[in-house]
Amino acid sequence: MSKLELKTEGDTHIVVTRRFAAPPESVYRAHTDPKLIQKWLLGPEGWTMPVCEVDARPGGKFRYEWKNAQGSGFHITGEYVELKPSSRIVHVERMWLPDPTPDNHVDTRFDKDGAGTLMTIRMTLPDEKTRAGMLATGMAGGMEASYVRLEGLIPFGATA
Amino acid sequence: MQAATQLDAAFLAMADPTRRAILARLAKGEATVAELAKPFNITQPSVSQHLKVLEDAGLILSRIDGTKRPRRLARAGVEAMDEWLAMLRKALERNYDRLDQVLAGMEHTKRGAKK
Repeated sequence: MSKLELKTEGDTHIVVTRRFAAPPESVYRAHTDPKLIQKWLLGPEGWTMPVCEVDARPGGKFRYEWKNAQGSGFHITGEYVELKPSSRIVHVERMWLPDPTPDNHVDTRFDKDGAGTLMTIRMTLPDEKTRAGMLATGMAGGMEASYVRLEGLIPFGATA
Repeated sequence: MQAATQLDAAFLAMADPTRRAILARLAKGEATVAELAKPFNITQPSVSQHLKVLEDAGLILSRIDGTKRPRRLARAGVEAMDEWLAMLRKALERNYDRLDQVLAGMEHTKRGAKK
């Protein structure tokens, strides 16, 4: 299975791609069925998602709540803008820490790739500062993670 | 908690293109304020302000050399940021490794149902 790829685009976008052996219908279902989402969208070891409410239709809302063994937690709420079964999910989300972060506009595509799926997630943040700030909190399970390294902003290892 | 605040400052410091360019320059070696101001076509006070943000974020260090204060990258600060990013990336990869297993289970159930 191909590794995750993550890159920034322009000042406000982040693009993530990942291939899966399963067909687009299944990958799409795993992103919209709460019972399935609770099994994998967990981030670092030790976290669970006790609350996963999903109303997967245009205008519908979702809510994910995470908790760790120490009892700390946070949640994400969002609204669906567009859903094309087996091929595309467009939604808006924000993380509550406890104040809401600026809205992240997320366009997720599931394209047929041989017998499997190529998933492409394109995120749009309101501005560059928000994109950078999200890194420090690990929002969306760390999707923005490789911002610095990927853009080659600092050649790590070249430090004095 | 203190480490988290420092990381937060580091990422916010990195949100500015001029500061990223300054860091990229310092990655090649030590430089003075005058040397940093020249290629960016900005005033020395403006460079000094950017340097203060970077220094407060733990990303650069300075030393005294006569009347000059040359700056260099701070290994610890940059490595802390790097480690944090690696951890976040691992968490994200773990999500999708788990999703691979969920999907394999779904395919298995589908095939079972057809029999």
